[in-house]
Amino acid sequence: MTATREFKFVGTRPIRHDGVDKVTGRASYGADVTWPGTLHGFVLRSPHAHARIVSIDTRAAEATPGVHAVITARDLPETTARIAIGESAIDLRDIADNVMARTKVLYHGHAVAAVAATTLDIARRAAETIAVVYEVLEPVMSVDRAIAADAPILHPAMRTTGAPAADAAGATNVASRIELKRGDVDAGFAAADLVVEREFRTPMVHQGYIEPHACIARCGEDGRASVWCTTQGPFFVRDASAAIAGLDPAHVKVIPSEIGGGFGGKIVVYLEPLALALSRKAQRPVKMVMGRDEVFRATGPTSGSKVRVKLGARRDGTLVAASASLWYEAGAYSGSPAGAGAMCALAAYKIPNFFIEAHDVVVNKPKVAAYRAPGSPIAAFAVESVVDEIARELRIDPIELRLRNANAEGDRAPYGPKYGPIGLTQVLDAARNHPHWRAPLGANQGRGMAVGFWFNAGMNSSATVTLNGDGSAAVVTGNPDIGGTRAAQAIMVAEELGIPVERVRPSVGDTDGSGYTDVTGGSRVCYATGMAVIRAAEDAREQLKARAATIWNVSREAVEWHDGRAVPPEGTEKAKPMTVAELAAEMTHTGGPIVGRASLYAPMAGPAFGAHICDLEVDPETGRSQVVRYTVVQDVGRAVHPSYVEGQMQGGAAQGIGWALNEAYVYSADGVMENAGFLDYRMPVASDLPMIETVIVEVANPLHPYGVRGVGEVPIVPPLAAVANAMRDATGIRFTELPLSPPRVLEAIEAATTVAVQA
Amino acid sequence: MATVHLPSGLTRHTGGVDTIEIDAARIPELFAALCDRFPLIAGHLNDMAVAIDGDIYADPGYQPLRADSEVHLVPRIAGG
Repeated sequence: MTATREFKFVGTRPIRHDGVDKVTGRASYGADVTWPGTLHGFVLRSPHAHARIVSIDTRAAEATPGVHAVITARDLPETTARIAIGESAIDLRDIADNVMARTKVLYHGHAVAAVAATTLDIARRAAETIAVVYEVLEPVMSVDRAIAADAPILHPAMRTTGAPAADAAGATNVASRIELKRGDVDAGFAAADLVVEREFRTPMVHQGYIEPHACIARCGEDGRASVWCTTQGPFFVRDASAAIAGLDPAHVKVIPSEIGGGFGGKIVVYLEPLALALSRKAQRPVKMVMGRDEVFRATGPTSGSKVRVKLGARRDGTLVAASASLWYEAGAYSGSPAGAGAMCALAAYKIPNFFIEAHDVVVNKPKVAAYRAPGSPIAAFAVESVVDEIARELRIDPIELRLRNANAEGDRAPYGPKYGPIGLTQVLDAARNHPHWRAPLGANQGRGMAVGFWFNAGMNSSATVTLNGDGSAAVVTGNPDIGGTRAAQAIMVAEELGIPVERVRPSVGDTDGSGYTDVTGGSRVCYATGMAVIRAAEDAREQLKARAATIWNVSREAVEWHDGRAVPPEGTEKAKPMTVAELAAEMTHTGGPIVGRASLYAPMAGPAFGAHICDLEVDPETGRSQVVRYTVVQDVGRAVHPSYVEGQMQGGAAQGIGWALNEAYVYSADGVMENAGFLDYRMPVASDLPMIETVIVEVANPLHPYGVRGVGEVPIVPPLAAVANAMRDATGIRFTELPLSPPRVLEAIEAATTVAVQA
Repeated sequence: MATVHLPSGLTRHTGGVDTIEIDAARIPELFAALCDRFPLIAGHLNDMAVAIDGDIYADPGYQPLRADSEVHLVPRIAGG
């Protein structure tokens, strides 16, 4: 179907439906709504990275004029409920404890109490009067310290789950360990002509979404509540916040605002349960907005890591053996993406013998959250750096070496199943044929490339398509739009009904107004929710055909649909084809409103690969580097709205470049983040980067009617290694630790120069 | 008979067995047969996603199996 279908709207670039509201400032984000009688909430946070809470005295705060409510963890029920989030059901106990510490604080900035008052200033000053007595403990700030024999234990009940190491026993900071294995690794390395082994480290980094977490909640005396918030998952906010605050989710409505970036970091809850609990106590709406420092200190970044990779190759570049040991920081509670890192690490390559182990390690830093292809960029940084070294040692073009080892349809993924149609070879061919790959380099410039892999989550999605009397349509889903999904959904409805895209109004429903839909994440919305939209439009189309059959007094099965029109069977007297508008005008006379509906559970399918080429210019005097040219090639399956697809490819690359060059959580010895603001946490801005070139490759995903694959996450996977490989090319130095900031690069250049002079 | 492949982390609960053929029409029957044969594996199945002929289900529910289906238990992942 995908190979032969001619599309009318899919692949076009209509003006985005939300564009004018966003550029004029009319769009309403999390902090933009205030309800009558609104109070302002403020969170008191721990000044220690690791401490036992001895006592909390809130009496002075409660007595402060203007204060309407003060809460601590005692105001929240202890919960062990399990609810769905993303790909799996989770135990809410850790999330509840992360929202407000009960017995221990586990990172600097951990919430310990919250105040609602008539002004934010009163709430802040009242919070400062809350007396918290702590027993301060040694913070555990790195994987190495966490796994040391004498390390303080964050959670006394923690035991390693999964496949614990043979010597694992008793309380530990290693929450889980998994293994992936194939063939005979020792024999594989013995048969290799070249073996390269390196250890890599990456710091904790944040998604850096521009809009901070924000919400307003209103809870009545009857326990019925509404929450307006910025989120990637309104249904998760409803279920998690209700459980944590002790409310019935059936009585809670969550209304998602426009969202100013999420990248995985807005799947979880932080403020919403607190605002609900404060509102319940105060019987007034409570608004809470994080400052940037709170976003950095107390929301979920992604893991810092230590990764050791060893690859063995024959002289012709064939990879014959691999081993990898991944250690990912989870932050204060278990849940790092180490497992995903293990699954992605070797996903590009046919390697007959490998062993991968991945560890999830708790440390006294904020609990990590999903961040765009969680776990994969860290693994790719290590593996793709070593692949680059092998290509250099063997004097084989890096793309050619990857092509010789590239997985294709029918090959077995390192995590087990055989790949269906995948586009890695096509992506590498497109990269090799791109003018960028052969363009001359200037002085102090180097070129690097890398590939990356990510899945395509499925899960639960619902959609409704409602026809209006004038033949226009509205499509509603429960997925907040973080990547242009509304425009894509409008295109899908237009394609199925044959009406102009501009006649379709796409919108995001609240938890009462849309069918249950899992989070916006996992590159799933255009794929899985897109399938629901297409089916809902098909449902509406079938109803239109039935209405035409009624008008023509023929059987429903006899009505055909061509080019946006119902077509009568040949010989039908006085009947002529009817457009959607003509049929919609007759709705009242033919059976009433037409609403197409669909809901589904989609499997995770159609994973995707990307290849990036980076040119870097390095100033040897300062160590400062500048990306001077960057090209992203990616298999997207089918680009429904190519401008948005290209935007995702560019945005992912920009984030990855920031991760590679500048971004890092910088901690003091006592566990306090020292750069919790955009002045000191350096993210790339538009003026830092060249226009990122994009090449769309389309190898159809057979599970989607149009062939769509997830697009949003793959492009953040290759940049870490692509930039590091370019740095190696420019300086002759292999960097194994990120970020490649000017001080680190300059120090390495000077050290290399000193060695050269001494030699 | 569906062929079930277990990741190396689970083979410690199966006496080292990593591939098993099971006659089952759907995932629930397959899991039941797996647990009958390897009781120690029961506590770990809920933590795994299931790949059926290449398509991965975080929740495999009552998915049907073909006579020659390939089933892989794989770690669950979360996307951003």
